[in-house]
Amino acid sequence: MNWRRAGFAALCVVPVILLFRHGLTQDPREIPSPLPGKVAPRFSLSVFAPGQPPLARPVGDTIRLADLRGKVVVLNFWASWCLSCRDEHAGLSEVARFYAGRPVTFVGSLYQDTPSAGTAWISEMGGQSYPSVLDPRSHTAIDYGLYGVPETFFIGADGRIARKIAGPAPPSAVQKIVDSLLAAAGAPTAP
Amino acid sequence: MRRAILVAWLIAVATLASRPNVLAGQSNDTAAYRPGKDSVLEARTSAVAAQLRCPVCQGLSLQDSPSELAQSMRAVVRDQLAQGKSPEEVKAYFVSKYGEWILLAPKASGFNLIAYAAPILIVLAGVVGIFVAVRRWTSNPPVIPESPE
Repeated sequence: MNWRRAGFAALCVVPVILLFRHGLTQDPREIPSPLPGKVAPRFSLSVFAPGQPPLARPVGDTIRLADLRGKVVVLNFWASWCLSCRDEHAGLSEVARFYAGRPVTFVGSLYQDTPSAGTAWISEMGGQSYPSVLDPRSHTAIDYGLYGVPETFFIGADGRIARKIAGPAPPSAVQKIVDSLLAAAGAPTAP
Repeated sequence: MRRAILVAWLIAVATLASRPNVLAGQSNDTAAYRPGKDSVLEARTSAVAAQLRCPVCQGLSLQDSPSELAQSMRAVVRDQLAQGKSPEEVKAYFVSKYGEWILLAPKASGFNLIAYAAPILIVLAGVVGIFVAVRRWTSNPPVIPESPE
């Protein structure tokens, strides 16, 4: 056996195998967000869909992140043209209702859509328990590094982004994250 | 008298015609319309947008993508440059939101160095390989059988 040749072949092949091993174990669609752990970008957005009592906010009211300090905030970006948003809608609405009366605020943010289409979609889906806001020119979406809908951001009582879920957010996962954030804030997690 | 009125009317029309914004009922605020400055800003915006990846496309830059998100992001690039931020600061803003993934050309540091070094190393290895092979061929010339005479 020619050891020199074998060594040269190994030198060529091993780096290629290692590169493939690194590349094939990554999901190319999953873009790691640098935001979790950082202070949540501020937003000040106008309500276009009021939600339902007791979580309702009047249309035209402004929801400011600065006013929600000390509360857990669940910010969900959605659109009427987004099929996956249909999958998570009922579950999110239900979880938001479950946390009514506790220091948790759910906010929907309409992404690349019109208020009329958003309102019609909410009616078609049987209503939404929490309010939704408009994001003109997608400034807030870009501030949150959005690359698709639905995406859900969980902001802790300290004003930092704790987690992000890309794609439909399962109600059980939402509840688990909100509970952990409430516990971290020293608030009761169960009614 | 008639001649004076006609001359005055012609002067008024000529003056208005040289200021089309007034005829169109628009403001003629010179501070708001600065074609030279706007074209420079557009060129700077395009240069930065060409270096940033469109998040909803496959391998397209913000400059080349027709998607709504890319257009919105391009507007953010333009706004930030207009506010006096440097191209590096604008790119840093997008990296802070999307990570280094947003840069079409990765930074030449750490693991990314492989992407820059590998092509050079492969070409060098090829050149060395060809050199060695040619030397081997030329140092061992084929033996030509002698003729029977």
